Amino acid sequence: MIYWQIFLAFFIPGILGYGGGPASIPLVEEEVVNRYGWMSTQEFGEVLALGNALPGPIATKMAGYIGYMEGGLFGAFVGLFSTIAPSLILMLGLMAILFKYKDSAEVKNISKVVKPVIAVLIGFMTLQFIIESQTSLGSIQTIAIMALSYLMLERLKVHPAAVIALALIYGAVTGI
Amino acid sequence: MRYSNVFMAFFRSGMLGFGGGPAVIPLLQKEVVEKYHWMNDDEFGDTIALSNTMPGPIATKLAGYIGYRIGGLWGLLVALAASVIPTVLLMVLLLGILQNYKDVPWVQNMSQTVVPVVAVMLGVLTWNFVRQSQKALGWGVAIFLIVTSAFLMEVIGIHPAILIAVLIAVVLVPFIKRVVSK
Repeated sequence: MIYWQIFLAFFIPGILGYGGGPASIPLVEEEVVNRYGWMSTQEFGEVLALGNALPGPIATKMAGYIGYMEGGLFGAFVGLFSTIAPSLILMLGLMAILFKYKDSAEVKNISKVVKPVIAVLIGFMTLQFIIESQTSLGSIQTIAIMALSYLMLERLKVHPAAVIALALIYGAVTGI
Repeated sequence: MRYSNVFMAFFRSGMLGFGGGPAVIPLLQKEVVEKYHWMNDDEFGDTIALSNTMPGPIATKLAGYIGYRIGGLWGLLVALAASVIPTVLLMVLLLGILQNYKDVPWVQNMSQTVVPVVAVMLGVLTWNFVRQSQKALGWGVAIFLIVTSAFLMEVIGIHPAILIAVLIAVVLVPFIKRVVSK
């Protein structure tokens, strides 16, 4: 049943992604690409790129869009619900207890020990995208675009939406 | 408190925050603390810190919790709708247009040239998580956890969910013991 699959595909990343929406992206990819095969790595990359170029939280943009593609309007609702509700209910329910123990070392430790795992997940995802790009564009273009976009994003602090727009324009022009 | 204010506060911070949920936080602080005075700086800071100890997207946890505190269940729904629905609509609309032209060669090429940019963004995000791990745990423990989890997930093929759940359980055991024995 597609709606149940959509629910699970976003429930698991939502409940395990420590470090906000971006941390749950590799977990979403694991479900959407590897488990359910709804899209290829390349397609997932496109959706992620466009999502990154648009404003607002990334996890819900991905859930809303992928849910919509797989299950229409109700699919989008299910994807959004399973992304938002579990962690929000947890937060509303535990806020009182957590405020009491907010200085407790163990509570703070949770996100500390999970962060290295997230680093590994996103790291391998990065690698996947590099390999993907190397296959379709070749090494020289891949390295050139990566170097340029790193320079613009991190050194010159150009807006991510502008860098993605430039890459799209470059692709359109060289593809004619 | 007016619901239209709640809507506008979360709509503005959602539509102006580029770079995912965490990028929304400073904008939200401006709306919630400085503009509408729904919370003071300390309360807002505590809320951020606590929502970081929990899994899931940060922007929606904040919208839901702050919306609930200032306007009950309706406040929660209004704040969530304002921060989520407009950007999802944009996404569906734009990708829908793109899908219609996806077999045209230059559109295909566009979707390929954007992949290396995403790789850089993810690479930077990876490095941020490595740095945060190092600051919280020190290089020794951080590298040990990174190498071990890379081995467990990528070589042995353990699902990330299991690894994360086990780590949380190990960290929380002494805490639960202490709370229960009180």
